[in-house]
Amino acid sequence: MSTGTAVQSSPALSAFVGRAAGHGSVLAERGIPTRRVEAWRYTPLRAFTETVWNEAPALSDHDVQSLLDALALPKAESRAVFANGQEAASQTRLSENLVRSQGEAVDPLEDRFSAILNAALRQNGLSIRVPAGVAAGTLVLVSLTSGNAISTHLRHQIVLEDGASLTVFDFNAGDGQYVTNPRFDIVVGKGAQLNHVKLQREGADAGHLALVYASVDANGNYDSFTLNQGSELARHEVVATLTQAHAQVHVNGIQIVDGTRLNDLTSMIHHAAPDCGSRQTVKTVLSESGQGVFQGKILVDRVAQKTDGYQMNQALLLSDKAQINSKPELEIYADDVKCSHGATVGALDDEQLFYLRSRGVPEAEARAILVQAFLLDALDLVTDETLRDVLIRSITA
Amino acid sequence: MPAVTETRETVEKLAKSSYEWGFETDIEMDIAPKGLNEDTVRLISEHKREPEWMLEWRLKAFRMWLEMKEPEWAKVSHPPIDYQDAHYFAQPKKKPGPKSLDEVDPELLKTYAKLGIPLHEQALLAGVEGAEDQKRLPVAVDAVFDSVSVATTFRKTLEEAGVIFCPISDAIREHPDLVKQYLGSVVPAADNFFAALNSAVFTDGSFVFVPKGVRCPMELSTYFRINARNTGQFERTLIIVEDGASVSYLEGCTAPQRDENQLHAAVVELIAMDDASIKYSTVQNWYPGDDEGRGGIYNFVTKRGACRGARSKISWTQVETGSAITWKYPSCVLAGEGSVGEFYSVAVTNNHQQADTGTKMIHLAPNTRSTIIAKTISAGRSDSTYRGLVRMQPKARNARNFTQCDSLLIGDQCGAHTVPYIESRNMTARIEHEATTSKISEDQLFYCRSRGLSEEDAVGLIVNGFCREVLKELPMEFAVEAQKLLQVSLEGSVG
Repeated sequence: MSTGTAVQSSPALSAFVGRAAGHGSVLAERGIPTRRVEAWRYTPLRAFTETVWNEAPALSDHDVQSLLDALALPKAESRAVFANGQEAASQTRLSENLVRSQGEAVDPLEDRFSAILNAALRQNGLSIRVPAGVAAGTLVLVSLTSGNAISTHLRHQIVLEDGASLTVFDFNAGDGQYVTNPRFDIVVGKGAQLNHVKLQREGADAGHLALVYASVDANGNYDSFTLNQGSELARHEVVATLTQAHAQVHVNGIQIVDGTRLNDLTSMIHHAAPDCGSRQTVKTVLSESGQGVFQGKILVDRVAQKTDGYQMNQALLLSDKAQINSKPELEIYADDVKCSHGATVGALDDEQLFYLRSRGVPEAEARAILVQAFLLDALDLVTDETLRDVLIRSITA
Repeated sequence: MPAVTETRETVEKLAKSSYEWGFETDIEMDIAPKGLNEDTVRLISEHKREPEWMLEWRLKAFRMWLEMKEPEWAKVSHPPIDYQDAHYFAQPKKKPGPKSLDEVDPELLKTYAKLGIPLHEQALLAGVEGAEDQKRLPVAVDAVFDSVSVATTFRKTLEEAGVIFCPISDAIREHPDLVKQYLGSVVPAADNFFAALNSAVFTDGSFVFVPKGVRCPMELSTYFRINARNTGQFERTLIIVEDGASVSYLEGCTAPQRDENQLHAAVVELIAMDDASIKYSTVQNWYPGDDEGRGGIYNFVTKRGACRGARSKISWTQVETGSAITWKYPSCVLAGEGSVGEFYSVAVTNNHQQADTGTKMIHLAPNTRSTIIAKTISAGRSDSTYRGLVRMQPKARNARNFTQCDSLLIGDQCGAHTVPYIESRNMTARIEHEATTSKISEDQLFYCRSRGLSEEDAVGLIVNGFCREVLKELPMEFAVEAQKLLQVSLEGSVG
């Protein structure tokens, strides 16, 4: 339980700062947070300080093609591909419903390291807007990374004008020892609907520090689901603000962690207007020496009366060496609200296992069935069936 | 909505109700000069006629404290505390034992009367000669009148049972081996800023030792009172319960009304051996400050129990209604196999009070169990935070935890926060946590109103029901006082 602005000693800074120096960023003064910084108490970034991360060299069209071929991407109206931090123009095709735009500055979120790092080394990602009332179907947004001691810092912006809708399939994959640090700025207009389905399947030695900032207007809906399945160390961080009445936010997810990996889902759902709702279900399955982190905060402003906030966080430990750290947090300043959170941690239920075994299901299979059952009610929250199938295949593969 | 309007009105009304137990007693005192340095520590130790090792222990703690920083993580805010601008020692002037109550300083008797201490017990406390033979009472009181236990009652009766219950300064002189062995073994001086401060300058507190197999014949009780102006209270309590023994300890506090913030940094250490059980109950109603939040007590307390033995049990129950700022996390370290930790808490904040309280349950051994029930009620412009940790270490096979945190908001200018930390490193351990935040529902109010209850009675009933799970854990005497305190604390808003 400690906060403060502990700063890593200067050698650690050189990990990123050499490149950032010219950007006048706050990265140099803040440094890489240690575990003494409350937001990173369970997710140590020490390993990041041992490498100097260089700008990623461009990948050839041929390399990009062969990486893409391995992915079996779902068919969609639009596709955008980024390779080593640069847009692969030959692979990108956007439907006419997606209009390229200039990314405008929004909240810099300078209290969050992922945002500071992205601001210091930002690379142009995809900036689009969906015009009012347009249903733009699905956009598959692929980020590929390949190489060693490199990092990418893409900045994407997605603006949905009033009444627009879009589904984004945000796919992250790669190979090598690298760091990806994507940031999304998402604006959901009045009555607009954005489904953000993310599959984080970075290489086993990779670091992934993603930050999503979403602001949702009246009757708008930001519905997100994240499958955290890759990286040696990954944090998916969401900061969502419900700015006008009857806005909705869903920050759901599954984390599957094995080996010595650490996956982290951190979120802050900020109710800044009355009559809004937020839902969050996060399930983590841990095996071997895997570590899971969940930090979910619901902040309800004084004006946000009649807020309905719900948060459920469950972890299943399958190994003696696995570890879960969970911090569901409520910060509430309005009195007429309904907010609750629940958390459970435990192993597979012996009785359920016995039930299956007594019916002739082999132990390994019985365990697999129970793990799947545990995950399934979270997966049901993915409304797009095609994408849900992609996630299920990713889990069962 | 009439209910909301009325609630707001009643909360405002409440601010005007003055602190019931705000009074000050004028008694001659020995006061150390303001300020804190090694000489202050030496002075305290000398005054207490402490052995050399104790002074060394204090000085070591003081030097550690100098290196430490005041913690900032709690969700409380206050102007910086000037640790040099306080007296660290105040002692009522000793007279030879009075022959009867008539000879006792009338100011002291008035204080006892306001505290509700019965007359014969007052005689005991005031050290009236021969008073101990008069009558046997079910509760033993160790009154901490400012920094020195004025008198300790029933010491003899307890001694017959083998129980040691005395001011800690006596214990340091009379039972140095026990104190040396256990003091600081649960809360080391370096544990945190306030614990280090306390270790350096603690002036008094209680010492309890219950030997093997003894069930303490009566409930032990301490009344804490902060009396002189600008004296920090640094109580130190150490309770050791040996194999198969048990004790129930009550702690209750009132303080006089004053206009300068006062620091209180107590340390309580509990040690339970095999099959031992300790029940520690607190009702805390120190002066919370006026309706602008000026003046109240700063209550920065470190309380921790160690379940060292197998099947031992430590149970914390607290009703926290007072203090301007509360910073308090009674914890259990479950080191004995099958040991049990419990935490039952009601925290009420009103006006500008701030409370950041909760517990830590550290499961080290197999089959350990813990239960956390925390009820938080915020009214006025107050902020109340539950902050808790449940940690299952790798050896905590089949350990269990159940946590329930409920917050109730009264009025739209207050805040209620829940910050639980859940950490598990053992797959067979099970943790369940649930938290809710709500207000008194219109349905509940309507139900009560339609049965003829006034709005105030209805709210009172609902709040008492909200806290029932915790209140029922309190010993009888305390449960009554606690219910009364809830009423007083939320006066106006809850009838």
